[in-house]
Amino acid sequence: MTRITELPTTEYVLPGNRACAGCGIGIALRVVTKALDGKMVMTVPASCLTVLGGMYPTSSVNVPWINVAFPSTAAAAAGAAAGLRAMGKADDMTVLAMAGDGGTGDIGIQALSGAAERNDDFIYLCYDNEAYMNTGTQRSGLTPAGARTTTTWAGKRENPKDLPRIMEAHNIPYVASTSAAYPTDVFDKVAKAREIHGLRYIHMNTPCPSGWSFDPKDTVRLGKLAVECGIVVLYEVEDGVFRLTGRSAALAKAGKALTPVAEYIATQGRFKAMTADAVAEVQAWVDKRWAGYVARERAGE
Amino acid sequence: MSAHEISMSRPSVGEAGATGDWRNEYPVVAAETCVAAKQGKITCQICWAHCPDACIAQGMPPVIDLTYCKGCGICAEVCPHHAIEMRPEAAHGVCAPAEGGVK
Amino acid sequence: MTTKVITGNEAAATAAKLARVQVIAAYPITPQSPVVETLSAWVESGELPAEFVTVESEHSALTVCITASTVGARVFTATSANGLAYMNEQVWWAAGARLPIVMCIANRAMAAPWNVLNDQQDSMSERDAGWIQLYCRDNQEILDTTIQAYRIAERLNVPVMVCYDGFLLSHTVMPVDVPSAEEIDAFLPPRTAPLQLVDANDPRNIGPVTLADPRADADGVVRPGYMEFRALHHGALLEALDVIPEVDAEYGAAVGRSWGGLTWEYQLADADVALVAAGSLTTQLTLAVEALRAEGVKVGVLGIRAYRPFPAAELRARLAGKQLAVVFDKALSYGYEGPIAGDLKAALFTAENSPVVFGCVCGIGGRDVSPENLADAARRAIADLDSGLRDRTPDWINLRPEGGAR
Repeated sequence: MTRITELPTTEYVLPGNRACAGCGIGIALRVVTKALDGKMVMTVPASCLTVLGGMYPTSSVNVPWINVAFPSTAAAAAGAAAGLRAMGKADDMTVLAMAGDGGTGDIGIQALSGAAERNDDFIYLCYDNEAYMNTGTQRSGLTPAGARTTTTWAGKRENPKDLPRIMEAHNIPYVASTSAAYPTDVFDKVAKAREIHGLRYIHMNTPCPSGWSFDPKDTVRLGKLAVECGIVVLYEVEDGVFRLTGRSAALAKAGKALTPVAEYIATQGRFKAMTADAVAEVQAWVDKRWAGYVARERAGE
Repeated sequence: MSAHEISMSRPSVGEAGATGDWRNEYPVVAAETCVAAKQGKITCQICWAHCPDACIAQGMPPVIDLTYCKGCGICAEVCPHHAIEMRPEAAHGVCAPAEGGVK
Repeated sequence: MTTKVITGNEAAATAAKLARVQVIAAYPITPQSPVVETLSAWVESGELPAEFVTVESEHSALTVCITASTVGARVFTATSANGLAYMNEQVWWAAGARLPIVMCIANRAMAAPWNVLNDQQDSMSERDAGWIQLYCRDNQEILDTTIQAYRIAERLNVPVMVCYDGFLLSHTVMPVDVPSAEEIDAFLPPRTAPLQLVDANDPRNIGPVTLADPRADADGVVRPGYMEFRALHHGALLEALDVIPEVDAEYGAAVGRSWGGLTWEYQLADADVALVAAGSLTTQLTLAVEALRAEGVKVGVLGIRAYRPFPAAELRARLAGKQLAVVFDKALSYGYEGPIAGDLKAALFTAENSPVVFGCVCGIGGRDVSPENLADAARRAIADLDSGLRDRTPDWINLRPEGGAR
């Protein structure tokens, strides 16, 4: 695992950008671009990332970037990859599709599934901030149960869909789950993905101070707490072989009880209206999922 | 304006202006507590790695660019040695660099 | 040059091959499917060295073309009806991004209810999206126009739809002269560098949020706002009024065949009455002209090849001094009238010596329309004019309202 002092010092995300203070995307995008040495072209749909990228005529990111329509991120990446191949430039740069949870798991899932089935040659990174944050915190298919959004005022009733598992079912060469709170974990997974051909999918939990209603200073602390609770699990599936990574691997190895989800839930305004029963339901759901991951880790599949 | 001009941006710092303006609190790094400063080598740099805005330059101690630092306070939160303190801005507006930096 | 007996779809595929397209992405839909089946076979056999992306939807088909074109490739796609409607968001994107994409449309009726047969409602409904739209009267014109479309698109940085009637042309075989690869290579050199720059050593952010007003860049230079870019785009469409005929003439010089540029006419010079349409209907109108001329009625055909940009000045000139223009639309702006009829009326509004314009709606959802039907409609229009009418609602040709409900 790369250490922080081993991360490249070249910066591709520029200061003075338009992202909210404490936005997890910025932490992650810095190491994503470092892992690709800036030799990349991004396809980006309408999203918080567009805001970070900035308004014409100035860009806040020092890598090639193509803005694309909301449902089209994966197809746009497939087109860029095909175009670069046709132009004999495919070796010059990695194509990186990067979209939020709504852009990936809701409106973008058709194009993503098609590209995954074809095993098109690009990295798809979903930054999952668990709702439509750029439009004002509406619920997405990846919003957790209990979260109040501007379209689930009493708290969302359903658990989020498990997008990395959906992507696994496409039998692509690389699927990973990571968190913007662990920049070196993000870096290592993107660096590994860079060396693989075909569709590589990385799902990245990305805390959002404004949408989740917490103090911006806590972006990293809450991201890590989600991992401590087993709500977010760091893992990768390489050619069908599953393994926990980083802190999640250490937690599984230690074998002790995880931090109760109630601790995580108590940190965020979006969960304020949750009842004790609702919290218990989330705990049961998390326990079951965690047990599943640990079993997979042991079985290595 | 060329007939074939398209909307295509060039990279620059400060697309959103001097985002230091957004701050309510500004970070101050205590060199006597910062492990990199104390050891006189590029070690730790956890604050640098976790800054969402690339406003911290690696150093002994790391140096924070207060023109653009939005004051989120993540650096202070992640510092394992509590070497960064968030101090209230006296008034809104871009702080003079002299107010920040190393104390 | 060799002569082949091929369908309109095969003519379109052949044109894409002759244009040496580098990336193809398409999704099957009747009646367009044989275009992509044919291209797929050529790519698989190595006859056409291109990337073929078998996308999961039309939205993705045009998306793949958009980004492949952005990085510099020459791209091709084709669709029909609901496929085009499903692309709609990307139709606008391709145009606003100023990408020289060429897309063939095998014109088909829009659902609901389902109907796979021909009319032109699909592409006509996209007229405002900022694409150039060219309509073809036969399979030879499909081949020639699709090749010309790349020259036009790449010169203006505007995408081009090449529209041809589903089944009537798409699935009907005709003799088509296929130019040699050498002839077309001389006419259509490889695409030059795109407007878009995708280079890790000189990065750009392409198509970002663009404000209503101009904004200064990091060096203090004021750059256009959204509205300025839209005005430039409109300017490019207007420039196409010159470029389309120029390219048609250049093609004529290179290959020995041209199609009249924006519009064309048949026995129109001495005519009192002009029959106006786009697409294969115009071929039928020439037969209606034969019948009416035999009766001593002086009629001619005015064929519209370029529907967008709309050749208003040329139409005004060709119709000056006529008494009547009868427009035959295979589409309708519901609640008003046929799109060509409406546009033509607007074009003639302040013109001197301009004819009365009467609209007809025909061929909707594949309803058969014969030269006799067209001649009858022309006779009705002439009678309406003679009775003193100067305006009327569209005449629905071959409408059979006796069919019962439920």
